[in-house]
Amino acid sequence: MTSAASSFVNVGERTNVTGSAKFRKLITAGDYAAALDVAREQVENGAQILDVNMDEGLLDSEKAMTEFLNLIAAEPDIARVPVMIDSSKWTVIEAGLKCVQGKSIVNSISLKEGEESFIHYAKKVRAYGAAVVVMAFDEQGQADTFKRKTEICARAYKILVEQVGFPPQDIVFDPNVFAVATGIEEHSNYGVDFIEATKWIRENLPHAHISGGVSNLSFAFRGNEPVRAAMHSVFLYHAIRVGMDMGIVNAGALPVYDDIDPELRELAEDVVLNRRADSTDRLLAVADKFKGGKQEARVVDTKWREQPVSKRLEHALVHGITEFIDADTEEARAQAERPLHVIEGPLMDGMNVVGDLFGSGKMFLPQVVKSARVMKQAVAYLMPYMEEEKRLNGGSQRSAAGKILMATVKGDVHDIGKNIVGVVLQCNNYEVIDLGVMVPVTKILAAAKEHEVDVIGLSGLITPSLDEMVTVASELEREGFDVPLLIGGATTSKIHTAVKINPAYDRGQAVHVIDASRAVGVVSQLLSKENREAYASGIRADYLELAERHARTQEDKVRSPIAAARANRLQIDLDKVASKPTFLGTKVFKEIPLDTLIPFIDWTPFFQTWELKGRYPEILTDEKYGEAARNLFEDATAMLRQMAEEKWLEARAVIGFWPATARGDDIVLFTDDDRSQELATLHTLRQQMARTKDKPNLALSDFIAPEESDVADYIGGFAVTAGIGEEAVAQRFARANDDYGGILAKALADRLAEAAAEWMHAEVRRTHWGYAADETLSNEQIIAEEYQGIRPAPGYPAQPDHTEKATLFELLDAPEAIGLTLTESYAMWPGSAVSGLYFSHPQSRYFGLGKIDRDQTVDYAGRKGMSTDQMEKWLAPVLNYDPNRQAKIAAE
Amino acid sequence: MTDVEAKIRKLASERILVLDGAMGTMIQQRKFSEEDFRAQRFTEWNRDVKGNNDLLILTQPDCIRDIHLEYFRAGADIVETNTFSSTTIAQADYGMEALAHELNVEGARLARQAGDIAEKEDGRPRFVAGTLGPTNRTASISPDVNNPGFRAVTFDELATAYGEAARGLLEGGADILLVETIFDTLNAKAAIFAIEEIFAERGSRVPVMISGTITDLSGRTLSGQTPTAFWNALNHARPISFGLNCALGAKEMRGHVAELSRVADTLICAYPNAGLPNEFGLYDESPEAMAELVGEFASSGLVNIVGGCCGTTPAHIAAIAEAVKGKAPRQIPEIAPKMRLSGLEPFELVA
Repeated sequence: MTSAASSFVNVGERTNVTGSAKFRKLITAGDYAAALDVAREQVENGAQILDVNMDEGLLDSEKAMTEFLNLIAAEPDIARVPVMIDSSKWTVIEAGLKCVQGKSIVNSISLKEGEESFIHYAKKVRAYGAAVVVMAFDEQGQADTFKRKTEICARAYKILVEQVGFPPQDIVFDPNVFAVATGIEEHSNYGVDFIEATKWIRENLPHAHISGGVSNLSFAFRGNEPVRAAMHSVFLYHAIRVGMDMGIVNAGALPVYDDIDPELRELAEDVVLNRRADSTDRLLAVADKFKGGKQEARVVDTKWREQPVSKRLEHALVHGITEFIDADTEEARAQAERPLHVIEGPLMDGMNVVGDLFGSGKMFLPQVVKSARVMKQAVAYLMPYMEEEKRLNGGSQRSAAGKILMATVKGDVHDIGKNIVGVVLQCNNYEVIDLGVMVPVTKILAAAKEHEVDVIGLSGLITPSLDEMVTVASELEREGFDVPLLIGGATTSKIHTAVKINPAYDRGQAVHVIDASRAVGVVSQLLSKENREAYASGIRADYLELAERHARTQEDKVRSPIAAARANRLQIDLDKVASKPTFLGTKVFKEIPLDTLIPFIDWTPFFQTWELKGRYPEILTDEKYGEAARNLFEDATAMLRQMAEEKWLEARAVIGFWPATARGDDIVLFTDDDRSQELATLHTLRQQMARTKDKPNLALSDFIAPEESDVADYIGGFAVTAGIGEEAVAQRFARANDDYGGILAKALADRLAEAAAEWMHAEVRRTHWGYAADETLSNEQIIAEEYQGIRPAPGYPAQPDHTEKATLFELLDAPEAIGLTLTESYAMWPGSAVSGLYFSHPQSRYFGLGKIDRDQTVDYAGRKGMSTDQMEKWLAPVLNYDPNRQAKIAAE
Repeated sequence: MTDVEAKIRKLASERILVLDGAMGTMIQQRKFSEEDFRAQRFTEWNRDVKGNNDLLILTQPDCIRDIHLEYFRAGADIVETNTFSSTTIAQADYGMEALAHELNVEGARLARQAGDIAEKEDGRPRFVAGTLGPTNRTASISPDVNNPGFRAVTFDELATAYGEAARGLLEGGADILLVETIFDTLNAKAAIFAIEEIFAERGSRVPVMISGTITDLSGRTLSGQTPTAFWNALNHARPISFGLNCALGAKEMRGHVAELSRVADTLICAYPNAGLPNEFGLYDESPEAMAELVGEFASSGLVNIVGGCCGTTPAHIAAIAEAVKGKAPRQIPEIAPKMRLSGLEPFELVA
């Protein structure tokens, strides 16, 4: 990665208690959270170095410096820039140096107390690995004239470089900016003295730098910000020209030299450069006129509109601008011999630029998807012309780089990732045939034949889809296909592809694609005449080795027998079992206002969907992804507002509570508090990793009071969806050729469903169950799951068995109550939905089941009344053994 | 420049030097029991000590010396002492803080003995790098998520612990001090601070090697720095070599080594793991596969010193030594003097 490089550095001055009253108040009040916001805002506004100063008489400055720098270290969006540790007391500086891992700048040391202490401190600064600001200050006092400034700096430089061995490039001189226009004649030349000393130092003291606290200069005009800013701006203009390269400046407030009102600029320049005897009076005379005259206008750059049409199309594609696309496409069409040439010429050229930028990491997914929207709109505009041409003379169609069939497999409804891959491929001139979601294998085969596709891509998010992909692979083999098979989606993995899917498809090559950004690379390799063979055989060899290694190590993992694991279960504190919920049975919520849910949205996964890696909100200011993330976030919040106002989606929920008891690893539910009639049994699985006493082998049933305890306990269940209306929205965007909008809407619906689950859980804890009636957590804390109790979902790490959803849906009557159904693979439909159980005990927590052994599978199948074979199919991803091999051993 | 430093620099200008491989992997192969770890001296120790690999310096010294010797014979020019956790801070886990000094002295002595044997065998000079591990605490990260300003260890505590370890290593005859597996740069800065103090006391220096760890594919250290930011933060130590080890395999490490190779005007040292851990937590890249990757580092002119970390064995080191043999060492680039600072990210003042 490249360094942030700069020829003039703004040092942010807002985290300086001597320079900012606001910051001083926050620090003296101990409000470090708000103080951190000040620092963050400065970095966001472009401060490249953060000046931190805690020199305040009433403060324990060392402690404040330590505390604040430690807190900054925990904030990556602040800590990314270096710190200037600013204090007049060495002990405070040293305390600061012990807290920063990066290379910082000490501000400052000087010859004020003589050479001995100067050398001592300089050596220390070096041992801590920092650069240093040296004030032009000696035993006689602060340097004011050109002569004093240059003499002191030259002396300090010599000592540092020759005696201490300090690298000259790590020295910054501060030759003292003093106030001008004070009415005292001796002060008039201070600006000039500084500028000339700067020039001399840069010419005579190699590699050393110049800094200064610019605001001192205009002290006489305090209260008149426009005049002060103009003075700072002209001062910097001249000082920077001769080599000043660092300054403590409120950068956001400074006007550009050329933008200053010419009259004001000339008067300010007269003062700063001491050009006329009456300069101060002249500036004073007009100062009031400029007071409070601020103006700002955001200029939209329209220069690109003046370029030739092909460049305009490229610009529109790269920047995702649809505003002019129809007109520009029409102009290009009018110039072209045939409408097809517009696509194959300027439009594809533009998309190639997009592809290159994406490939080199300079564009990110959301931007590429926007580009695709522009492309589609342009193509849609040309379609009638091409149809017409075809009607007249049977003209040829455009030739794609290859045909790709894409589908989310049977039983699965998740398609955001698949849609993104589709768009990315289309951007690269591949023709994509998208069969949608829940596509049965027969339909995949038929479509593959009909369209003579070059590649088939399968997507899936839930674990049963893994098996379905194996089925598709075997069917392709049986039907004699040999086209490459791409595998993608959240639960898929290279190891699964290598061990399960690839062996089922001998004739072709199965390839796992880890994310959308890889799709084009993989497909182009697979379809390239020259590289195809080498690439495929490379993958094949890799997968074979993976599969073999996997087989070799299969039996290595030590598991506890299920009986031993059960003996090591968690015994919850029975005194802490929650009270009875406010009602038993179920309750339905319809038309939950989206506005209620929006604050509960966890945005981090949303950005992950778009392959923007990082945490929200830090991602918005991320150096690499920040711009893309901000634009995406802006689009997302705008669409959310529209969704809420125009009621695109409806959110619904159903919850229920039942008397419950744990019987072994099962949870038995009763119809009512008599607890005489059993209503249903929820089955849970127990961890079997080798564990010692202090770490129990958990099962979800451990969080419910056991049968033998006679303690009355309860369990809850829920299903929520934010997807009522989702399909209509998706179709609307599809009709408008707006993949970007379509994917955005789906991703938001997903987030809203998660938010609904979070909101509902909070309502349950506080009101409906009420075991945490006095909970006072912020939305952030709720998103971070800092509450009591859990809401695990079947199919996720604590209970990977999706089939348990059937019992839950029956208990809740979810299809009838809120229109939420299950597919044959137990995926929920509509897809933007969450379901699970509520456990209230304070010791309940999320955990991962890990792998289980055959003894538990057999036992679990027996409890569920299913065959071991069936059970092994559903639990395939968590088995610690190869069922086929085990079966063989058992048979022998 | 000290004699040792001049010697190493001369050798390094002629060829690529080879560092040893993993100690832990070799110890694991011997399958020592709790009793073996304790030997006679610690039979009565009040807690389990199995897993305290550094303790084997005192309880199984022959084995440790043998491992060093195996690496020297496999082609290593430099071996690292078995003192990764021999600071008072890391030994506190076993209640063995009081042994820290002794572990370092003896650890260096054993490695030096192995070096002397190897030198006699073939006449090639061998060097002992006294290992200063990262400790198990972080100075810039709070272990308590609810209290981000909290620190489980201070700069001063670290500097004291590192100082004690470094003194022991030098006393035992270490030729070089190696601050390695750095996941938090502030820890390393404390180590450097302590080492500089010792140098000032003794009035002489020994070469210092610095090696950081990029912990995952994000390309940053655990404490969040990019490789260049990391270099900017530590080059005041004037290290004889700078580089990376552990956490990643050679393949994943390459880009980061290349970055350091561009920015650092000192020798570049890389000793990756034998690949990434597989899904079972084992490192299983073969000597041949790893040597090919590390050999490519050499062909591309990225490195001056190479070796291996977790999962590597004398077979890996022999293969790596063979792979870099005859390949020209990286030329140390001339880097223009500029002020280069860092937070988590590097900053350069171009004026």
